[in-house]
Amino acid sequence: MDLMEKNMELIEVQKLEGHTDRVWNAAWNPVSPILASCSGDNTVRIWEQSSLSRSWSCKTVLEETHTRTVRSCSWSPSGKLLATASFDGTTAIWEDLGDEFECISTLEGHENEVKSVSWNASGSYLATCSRDKSVWIWEVLGGNEYDCASVLNGHTQDVKMVLWHPTMDVLFSCSYDNTIKVWWSEDDDGDYQCVQTLDESTNGHSSTVWAISFNAAGDKMVTCSDDLTLKIWRADISMMHSGEGYAPWTHVCTLSGYHDRTIFSTHWSSDDIIASGAGDDAIGLFVESKQHDSVNGPSFNLLLKKEKAHEMDINSVQWSPSKENRLLASASDDGMVKIWQLETIP
Amino acid sequence: MGVELLMVVNLNMQTKYVRDIRDPEHPYSLEQLSVLSEDSITLDDKLNRIIITFTPTIQHCSMATIIGLCLRAKLKECLPLHYKVDIRVSPGSHADEDSVNKQLNDKERVVAALENPNLRQLVDECLCSNEI
Repeated sequence: MDLMEKNMELIEVQKLEGHTDRVWNAAWNPVSPILASCSGDNTVRIWEQSSLSRSWSCKTVLEETHTRTVRSCSWSPSGKLLATASFDGTTAIWEDLGDEFECISTLEGHENEVKSVSWNASGSYLATCSRDKSVWIWEVLGGNEYDCASVLNGHTQDVKMVLWHPTMDVLFSCSYDNTIKVWWSEDDDGDYQCVQTLDESTNGHSSTVWAISFNAAGDKMVTCSDDLTLKIWRADISMMHSGEGYAPWTHVCTLSGYHDRTIFSTHWSSDDIIASGAGDDAIGLFVESKQHDSVNGPSFNLLLKKEKAHEMDINSVQWSPSKENRLLASASDDGMVKIWQLETIP
Repeated sequence: MGVELLMVVNLNMQTKYVRDIRDPEHPYSLEQLSVLSEDSITLDDKLNRIIITFTPTIQHCSMATIIGLCLRAKLKECLPLHYKVDIRVSPGSHADEDSVNKQLNDKERVVAALENPNLRQLVDECLCSNEI
């Protein structure tokens, strides 16, 4: 299936209104047709798709818990729990009880704003990061208990995002210090160390790195930055799976010239389409070029750029896990969450 | 310490003045200390992007970030919401120019700073809108 040969269009399916301030993040539930969004209005909204009308509506608002901006939200792999990271310094864990959500735990410890939260593949660990420059790993114990397992220092500035690898317990973080760090516990004893730093000397970014995303196999990664580029990286993870030690990430290519404002978010779909959302109000979609150049390595082409996807900066883009259709959620400073469908035009 | 008086140009090419930003270290308005400069504002072709350059008159002034925050807070009131504003210290005017510029243009950092009650209060005290 070569998407570049078809006429593709990103069609707006629905605009979700309700937040009264900018929306920072939107996250799809991994198992049900549910979307969570979080905002500068200090709330989290849960949107559900009606099985009859297929339209989305706000099922519930999680409020009166966070006292400042809720910056990001992340569903556990089971889809039953939602973690929300806030500028109030806490990370809240919510349980979906059916007709409502209950805050079952609050993780405290960061010295100031928490920017991001991520669950590992098995749901046994959580990671958070903050302007306090640290990354924390939390162990998920039974009975709604969460224990701080590790405090990782290394970044020299504000950490913007943390993300667990999709198949291994390897943690990635990106920062205002322009680097991406990889954290691994070699002996699997919970003692995480920084095993790699991707900086300018290794073809890394030259300004704040805002987001990271992996392909489904976990052997490729895309990062985006205030330096106006997206960078593709790869690693020989089969080496890691077979216990041969750490496989370092190397730069594959840099996508530049597509956005002229900070790229805040990027997400790699399960069928290999990379989405980007930026301060130029546009969404970019990229696919790997079929022309595999054995000298220069893989390259990526722009599939399409959706200009003025929102009225203001786009803070988050995320592909739906649904295999049915190619749905993308975007969240913006304009207070909207939008759901898009990537379609072939006949 | 002072800030150059700034001219904010809107779509209709009329000018509004960002005035009366009160310097917390001085009892009188910065307007009286400053000089108008046409170079302070750069308007993008598309007319929805503005670059504002200001000069903190003392090189090592740690107030540069506070002044920058005040400017952002004030401009948010004056400009249409979708305007994209870049704020910089004028080249050579500050010892830590790149570092200050990076902070002033990191949207997340600016939002978090303005949510901080102590910083917000300082910014509010600095701003004094002269509703004439």
